[in-house]
Amino acid sequence: MGVGGAGLPGTEFWAAILTGVGLGTLARLAMLRTDYRQYPSYPHGYASHLALGVVAAFAGAVVIPALMLREITAVTFLLLVAQQFREVRDLERKTLEQMEETELVRRGAAYIEDIAKVFEARNYLTIFTALTASAVTLALWSWAELRGLVWMAPAGGVLAGTAVILAGRRGLDRVTLGSVCRIRLGDLHFEDTLLWVDDINIEEIGLVKAREDYRRHGLGVVIEPKDDDARATLANLGQRQAIAHDAAAILGVRKDRDSPEYTPLVRLHLDTGRAALAICPIEPDAGPLLAAVRAVPVIEGARTRPLATRPGRRAAD
Amino acid sequence: MPEEKILAIVTLKPDKVQGGGAPVFVTSGDEEREKVATYLSRILAAQVHDLENGTYILVSH
Repeated sequence: MGVGGAGLPGTEFWAAILTGVGLGTLARLAMLRTDYRQYPSYPHGYASHLALGVVAAFAGAVVIPALMLREITAVTFLLLVAQQFREVRDLERKTLEQMEETELVRRGAAYIEDIAKVFEARNYLTIFTALTASAVTLALWSWAELRGLVWMAPAGGVLAGTAVILAGRRGLDRVTLGSVCRIRLGDLHFEDTLLWVDDINIEEIGLVKAREDYRRHGLGVVIEPKDDDARATLANLGQRQAIAHDAAAILGVRKDRDSPEYTPLVRLHLDTGRAALAICPIEPDAGPLLAAVRAVPVIEGARTRPLATRPGRRAAD
Repeated sequence: MPEEKILAIVTLKPDKVQGGGAPVFVTSGDEEREKVATYLSRILAAQVHDLENGTYILVSH
């Protein structure tokens, strides 16, 4: 089969496009599952992201067939789609920013930017998966046809697409706080009216009742950076806000709008670079709290690598 | 970033507080001071800080 008559694309093109769309959609689906906790706004958020994923998959899948059919204009649609995804990022950011007003513990601008960025990147990975799957299908087509095993071509496309999904999942997998810091429970206590976790000062709490509540329900977590890179990450205010947000989102926080003293805070120990979280969770279970803090993603914007530079290395010792 | 502001001052020792900007509530005992501070805190959604010299300040964070 070659290119069909009257400019109609032949079977191999349809096979390539369908394989590409299928695998691209699968890629988006696979990545949607992993950000369940990240940004839980299903089922409607889920549906709209899946729909965008299908669009992305389609855009990726038609690129190679369009080029082969000398439909250069079709390729320019790819640019349009990329533009579209930048808007997805804006949209995602705006939604989250607006929801900040309703959060007891804010995500913070850095975390929001990070989430929006992840959404955009995942759409690009979807395009790339679809493109690979459709390209491989096309490449294998004549070889498979020659041997009378036409199904081998889309099967190859599926394999290649799956490989991209797996590689992408690993490559785009987010670094968690637990992998760059040691996280343990700390001793939450008061010295007069000052709240401490181990030797890290958190805040000053004036009301007697609030101090009692902290003594009864409060938990302290000490976050110890494993190296100077992690120390720089931990110093970032956005990163620390993300820790407070996730801990509060997962364990709940004994706080309402009019009681700011129960806002969970993460403060630094300037001499050692360690940080500590003090929180009054609704579920005062140490294990889940530690797990929640370990699972906090390292925010890309907060990831600096002073150790990668010569002055940084020299300053480290 | 955050703009800290003193919204109110609750004190047992008015002679230790001066100047304007925030209303000063003079109270006559620990219990009353605690109560007034709690009310103001809830009403203003402000955090109470104890300066440990007889004065509480309510700060919006």
